[in-house]
Amino acid sequence: MPLRATHRDAGPVTVVDLSGRITLGDGSALLRKTVRGLLEDQRKKILLNLADVDYIDSSGIGELVSGFTAVKNQGGDLKLLQLTKKVRDLLQITKLYTVFDIYTDEDSAVRSFR
Amino acid sequence: MTAGAKHLEITLETQVESVNLAEEMCLRVAEAAGFGEDDCYRIGMSVREGVINAFHYGNQERPEKKIYLALDITPEKLIIHVLDEGTGFTLEDVPDPLAEENLLSTSGRGIFLMRAFMDEFEVVQGRNGGAEIVMSKKLPNLGGSSPNGQGGREAAPGQGA
Repeated sequence: MPLRATHRDAGPVTVVDLSGRITLGDGSALLRKTVRGLLEDQRKKILLNLADVDYIDSSGIGELVSGFTAVKNQGGDLKLLQLTKKVRDLLQITKLYTVFDIYTDEDSAVRSFR
Repeated sequence: MTAGAKHLEITLETQVESVNLAEEMCLRVAEAAGFGEDDCYRIGMSVREGVINAFHYGNQERPEKKIYLALDITPEKLIIHVLDEGTGFTLEDVPDPLAEENLLSTSGRGIFLMRAFMDEFEVVQGRNGGAEIVMSKKLPNLGGSSPNGQGGREAAPGQGA
């Protein structure tokens, strides 16, 4: 399933609801465009909701890292919400589980942004 | 080829669509061979990463070059070959993506994932001088792979990417 991305406000935090696959090509490109677009709009508190993302390849992992770094470099924060088992396992074996701030419920995630 | 072995091969264009095509083809073969859902996911991901490696690093995304994908099903295992038309590489030269200094790298995790998800993995020089990835997974009825997808092995730190 191609990646879809929509965003909404939760107080000062922008929640990006993603669904589909984040893979080489259109999926990774859409994630990149979405995060860069939010930064251009000065939205620097970004929560990626991955509840409906069931597949990520190495290109998608790279794009998550790229977005994380881009937001950090502008003084913001990018966090992850509701990982599926496959995505969680991938982030664990690549040691990225310790790099990202990851939450299982949205309220806690939104409150965690300062 | 031993009795009962099956062979399938396909030549792919150096384009993004080939990655999905290769994954879908191998998933069908793996399902038909009796692998469970989690192992199919791991096999599909490994093929995907192998073809991405050939597309991007081996063939440098040059459309005039080809990617050769071959599958062998022996009585013991599913063997996958991915051959590119690049200049080849050795695993020793691939940075470890788990090293602290590489954790925030935006690339370089494909080889690591293939090593983690398959039972056997190596890179050899192909017939045309390019890199040939050869990886395999034991067929599930031999006990080498499990229905819960724990049939892979840990990638050796310092050697994956």
